[in-house]
Amino acid sequence: MSTEYDTTETLDVKGQSCPMPVVKTKQAIDDLAVGDVLEVLATDSGSMSDIEGWAAGTEGVDLLEQVEEGDLYVHYVEKTA
Amino acid sequence: MSTDNPSTAIDDGEFDAAELRALRERVDELEESIADVGTEDDDQKMTIISTKGSFDMAYPPLILASTAAAFDWEVVVFHTFWGLDILHEEKSKNLKLSAVGNPNMPVPNALAAVPGMDAMATRMMQKRIDENGTATIEELIDLSLDLGVDLQACQMTIELMDYEDDAFYEGVTTGVGAATALQHMAESDVQLLI
Repeated sequence: MSTEYDTTETLDVKGQSCPMPVVKTKQAIDDLAVGDVLEVLATDSGSMSDIEGWAAGTEGVDLLEQVEEGDLYVHYVEKTA
Repeated sequence: MSTDNPSTAIDDGEFDAAELRALRERVDELEESIADVGTEDDDQKMTIISTKGSFDMAYPPLILASTAAAFDWEVVVFHTFWGLDILHEEKSKNLKLSAVGNPNMPVPNALAAVPGMDAMATRMMQKRIDENGTATIEELIDLSLDLGVDLQACQMTIELMDYEDDAFYEGVTTGVGAATALQHMAESDVQLLI
């Protein structure tokens, strides 16, 4: 697993499907401070496209990386504003 | 008026002072309206009119509403007719799937019309939803309200169905009608009838 990010918090949405990975990521980001990095662990394959689209359409977040590890989809989101 | 202002040089030829003043005022007005357009664009808005209360049709409005709220969009879902049952605390837990009229059902329509088949189809769907990790209707309602979605219950339908005002989830907006819905639709970037 990638460890190059200083992850502030990990959100586990394994086993949950659309729209939960995106919506819970949004809620978790709201609780973080600017500069913090959220790691999201998901098993929903749709989360790859959905979290990418959400990050692109949302101000104040930056999608650093998305990693696919077998059945696990890991997303790194930074709060930038 | 000062003669060293470069704009007055034009005044000598084609425009008189009054025309020039009118033009400047017009430029100021246009600049102001452009500035307004810039700020209004920042807020995306969506209005969904939710009219169906069957188990399967309760999902799309709530999934879209909660996701749009995650994008920081301002979201209104106006629930009318059978869509109102989604906001009814008791009824929302007992929404049924219709086995009739859906050619994707594993049973023929003639059989699907037999009493008890709707309940069976609903149980099958509920099981799939649980196994798939799909959220329940109640979870999606709580989530939507948490994220600031305005879930509105059509007042006319409340009276038509003879529902009590306190039968709905806490946070649901009551006392609204078609004019309110239209007003939100007119201001929205996305309008959907589900």
